Amino acid sequence: MSTENQAVIHVHRDDVGARMGMWLFLLSEFLLFGGLFLMYSVYRYNHQHDFHVAAEGMNVFLGTANTLILLTSSLTMALAIAAMQKGNKILSLTLQIITFLFGVAFLVNKFFEWRAEFRAGNYPGSPILTAKPSGQILYYGLYYTMVGLHGVHVIVGMTIIAFMIRFTIKGIINKDNYVKLENAGLYWHLVDIIWIFLFPLFYLIT
Amino acid sequence: MSNSSIALDGNGKLPSYLIDQGKHKGILAWLLSTDHKRIAILYMIGVLSFFAVGVSLGFLIRLELLTPEGTIVSAQAYNELFTLHGVIMIFIVVIPAIPGIFGNFFLPIMIGAKDVAFPRLNLLSWYLYIIGGTMILLSMVLPGGAADTGWTFYIPYSVRTGTNMVFTLSAVFILGFSSILTGMNFLTTIHRMRAPGMGWFKMPLFAWSLYATGWIQLLATPIVGITLLLVIIERVFGVGLFDPTLGGDPMLFQHMFWMYSHPAVYIIIVPAMGVISEIIPVFAHRTIFGYKFIAYSSIAIAVFGSMVWAHHMFAVGLSNNAEFIFSLLTFLVAIPSAIKVFNWTATLYKGSIELEAPMLYALAFIFLFSIGGLTGIIQGALNVDIYLTDTYFIVGHIHYVIFGGTGMALFAALHYWLPKMFGRMYNKKVAKVAFWHIFVGFNILYFPFLIMGWLGMPRRSYHYLPRFQIYHVIATVGSWVLVAGLLIMFINLLRSLRYGKIITENNIWGGESLEWKVQTPPIAENFEEIPVVTAAPYEYKENDEPVLEKEEIV
Repeated sequence: MSTENQAVIHVHRDDVGARMGMWLFLLSEFLLFGGLFLMYSVYRYNHQHDFHVAAEGMNVFLGTANTLILLTSSLTMALAIAAMQKGNKILSLTLQIITFLFGVAFLVNKFFEWRAEFRAGNYPGSPILTAKPSGQILYYGLYYTMVGLHGVHVIVGMTIIAFMIRFTIKGIINKDNYVKLENAGLYWHLVDIIWIFLFPLFYLIT
Repeated sequence: MSNSSIALDGNGKLPSYLIDQGKHKGILAWLLSTDHKRIAILYMIGVLSFFAVGVSLGFLIRLELLTPEGTIVSAQAYNELFTLHGVIMIFIVVIPAIPGIFGNFFLPIMIGAKDVAFPRLNLLSWYLYIIGGTMILLSMVLPGGAADTGWTFYIPYSVRTGTNMVFTLSAVFILGFSSILTGMNFLTTIHRMRAPGMGWFKMPLFAWSLYATGWIQLLATPIVGITLLLVIIERVFGVGLFDPTLGGDPMLFQHMFWMYSHPAVYIIIVPAMGVISEIIPVFAHRTIFGYKFIAYSSIAIAVFGSMVWAHHMFAVGLSNNAEFIFSLLTFLVAIPSAIKVFNWTATLYKGSIELEAPMLYALAFIFLFSIGGLTGIIQGALNVDIYLTDTYFIVGHIHYVIFGGTGMALFAALHYWLPKMFGRMYNKKVAKVAFWHIFVGFNILYFPFLIMGWLGMPRRSYHYLPRFQIYHVIATVGSWVLVAGLLIMFINLLRSLRYGKIITENNIWGGESLEWKVQTPPIAENFEEIPVVTAAPYEYKENDEPVLEKEEIV
């Protein structure tokens, strides 16, 4: 999203406008997840016991590890922007790559977590899950949907960061023009913030 | 305020945006252009093509309903027809029509900018729009058949039917994304790119209406996006989300669907109101009455319109308290719309009204939209609505609001701005003939809907009781008149692009907003230098711009 703010015909640069556009886009992203959080609260209210039982089966260790990974990656992303503002290209580049690798680590973790759930038979349409009470089916439905959609956002965020790394190497992002990197950072923080809500809802509240 | 900012002599015009100036030539110069004016033309081609498909489907539906039993298509084909008609008309015609075509073309010019804030994103929006629209058309011809759920995609049928639901739902999701990007683009443009002196209350009301629309697009569309995505996930992976056999709640789907789809009504109608607010003062030669009220009422509609969705669900068994509150809010949302109608009529009062084609369509808008709005109020009343739910009364109401409202505003805008966009004038006499066909045909077609709905004719019904046949026959005859009018109108407009009288004046109708101060057709960068705005948009003095003499244009 952050590559769109340079008009082609006439050189027009408006960093404030670019950031405003990004914030507006993030607002609509929040509402996208807002619909899911609404569903979660309605179904949790209707099936309190089932949600309690299903949530106890979650792997809190992997969830906590992923929370730490994402929070740290937000820090490295913010530091990458600060380094760029100060003109330290190499440091910024390193920090961007670290952020990207944190994203990879998050997804690897997620893979092992989902594989364990699938092996335990808790996948949609499986005989084991279908035999469970409907509240638990809904819990797993929401879990796969919300965490999965968040995972898609992690992948999108990583793609954006990959582009930023390329732009930094080519010098398109530099000390005087780093609004793209800032917007990529904003998107990455969105990914982080959504996870901060998903983590307690699925792992901690039992 | 005349041409001070634009140095033009009588002959030496600058090349217009219609002439290729970039590195690409021919068709690529259009498909890869980030010029907001060219993207607007691309939208126009898309919207009007899809509109032709939608009209054809509606025409077939009317033919089918000529007799109480099957007439020309099977029951299954009938279900697919009315679903496609709804999906096409709502999601790929009326939602993007006015913002996509006229918003793109005139918003930057009206506020004195050279382009929108994110030109490349603008082009992406159009591509997403075309991809979504094409997918909906493809769902018709692919094996499995088009979606047959009605445009509301209600659960549980939408997870069980064997038709190409995933295709249609993905298309609507993509279209939603396109709509969000357009909204975001316009909001940023209005915030950041107004010319010097162009304060918020010096903006033309069309810009205000696009501002309100932008917020609704941005905040409401993601909800339907996620809801339809969930239906896709439920169908493809069998994940339990809405399907009651897996514990889901179909009513939750309805809530989430209408949380967007009611505000979508305002995405459809608010830009149309903006068009009318532009046209009325120009052809009444009077300053618009209550500028600030019209501007604020757009915002009020955006706010109230987001809180009334459950009035589509009065018959599903909500709690009494919820029904009471939603009914009350439904009555309240009528107030800002009524404020606009009163302001337009007050503008007309004692004006020297010129009945050109755009003005005729604008007046038709006020008339038809008022009928649509008032029938909406009737359904906002709880006890009446229980009786009217899912009858032709609703179908009549939606067509009066959406076709009579946005449709007429779209036609008004076409007749008002098309000469500016292409520099050629259509045949005004033929335009008026087309108008009367459309206006008369429209009422013959849709007024019987209200009557037979009131008498109990259920909507979306393939068979019906013989006592309703007379209304259906009248309506079908009306559809022929209407389609004849549409054909005359479009042929007239298309002909004008090639053979119409060439216009050299900047100010065709005597408007005071900035688009009438730039060259006809506009140059690629809109303004040679960014203008400094000193006057309000509707300050009518003695004409300080040449207005085309009537006989010049025939």
